[in-house]
Amino acid sequence: MITLQLEKVLHGSEGKMHLQVEQCVNRGDFIVIMGESGTGKSTLLRIIAGLERAEGRISVDDVLWQGEGKALPIQQRNVGFVFQDFALFDNMSVKENLLFVNRDTVLAEELLEMMEIEKLSDRNIQMLSGGQKQRVALARALMRRPKLLLMDEPLSSLDPRMRHKLAEKIKELHQRFGMTTLMVSHDLNEARMLADHIWFIENGRVDAYDTDVLERLY
Amino acid sequence: MIDMTPFWLSFKLAALTTLILFFIALPLAWWLSQTRAKGKPFIEALTALPIVLPPSVLGFYILVALAPDSPLGAFVESLFGVKLVFTFAGLVVASCFYSLPFMVQPLQNGFESLNRHMIEASYLAGKSTAETLWRVALPNIKPALMTALIITFAHTVGEFGVVLMVGGSIPGETKVASVAIYEMVEVMEYGKAHIYAAIMLALSFAVLLSVYIFNHRQQNRMRML
Repeated sequence: MITLQLEKVLHGSEGKMHLQVEQCVNRGDFIVIMGESGTGKSTLLRIIAGLERAEGRISVDDVLWQGEGKALPIQQRNVGFVFQDFALFDNMSVKENLLFVNRDTVLAEELLEMMEIEKLSDRNIQMLSGGQKQRVALARALMRRPKLLLMDEPLSSLDPRMRHKLAEKIKELHQRFGMTTLMVSHDLNEARMLADHIWFIENGRVDAYDTDVLERLY
Repeated sequence: MIDMTPFWLSFKLAALTTLILFFIALPLAWWLSQTRAKGKPFIEALTALPIVLPPSVLGFYILVALAPDSPLGAFVESLFGVKLVFTFAGLVVASCFYSLPFMVQPLQNGFESLNRHMIEASYLAGKSTAETLWRVALPNIKPALMTALIITFAHTVGEFGVVLMVGGSIPGETKVASVAIYEMVEVMEYGKAHIYAAIMLALSFAVLLSVYIFNHRQQNRMRML
């Protein structure tokens, strides 16, 4: 169970805005976070990962990640994080990107196989296509066997066919590793495919809905 | 026969200065590239001072600071038994001040140009700042690193004013190539001065050319991928 009670002032294009979050996530849930640009979707993920500061509390399975004047360092939170721009280590090969995180070669090979990129394992990062890069980024994010996976629009830069294929992969990984997953997305199909619950961010407030909200709202 | 000692001294000084400065400037450049601290412009201005200060001003202050009767000079002499004025060791210290911006600025620019998410991905992988710096940041700014090392080296070889102020011109100890040339001209030994100057010119050009060729190749490699 993840409990979030967070508050942060954002400086967006439309001036100051208060981001307020009071939400719980059950273990194993897949949450898709939606909302217009600049409402703080990415910021929320970054706060949970420890990449940005905010007021309030974060507790994960009864461990306090943030609150009571303390903040657990990024390194100790063990979250898997997938960036929109992949953020791979350009100086390493595909396999080295995974092994940098954790020297578990068995897990690395399993993940490369699951993502169907085992043939690229010695390839230089700059020689990969966008879809291939995102597969590597996903595999890398799981190398510490995180309990919590955070993804910031992981599929938005890919073409529709690749999006669909990778969304299926994400679902497979989510179940296979028994993770709790929070994913920012603009895409209704992705949300329908993956989400157990939808969070909408509007005017700085985060509201949780069941997935049938997708049919009502759009 | 030409006495090559001044060149040897120049290159020994430059090599040592580059090595020492690398380890001083690396954490400083990293910190400057990452910090949002209010004091950053102050530190940046301080670091850049040697670029604009006349070498004689810098040399004068270093001379005063390192003199045996100054607190710093006395401390170093009592601790290591080393005099820092008119000695080679003193030249190394002075050169480190003089060449500091040439090491810090390219590294800082390199670090600032890195994708922030790449650095964050390393932290998320559980890696410390030191490991991230060494294994992710540094290998991804190779052209900037190369520029920093070579320009620092070349700049130290080319230094004159500070060396003269702090080191004087003791043959075999502090008489580096640039000072040797100055002295030859002073006593009107133009023939020798020509040879020394030509060697300096050729070496400096070769060094700079190698940096530009290296960076040009790196850029082409990136473009081809």
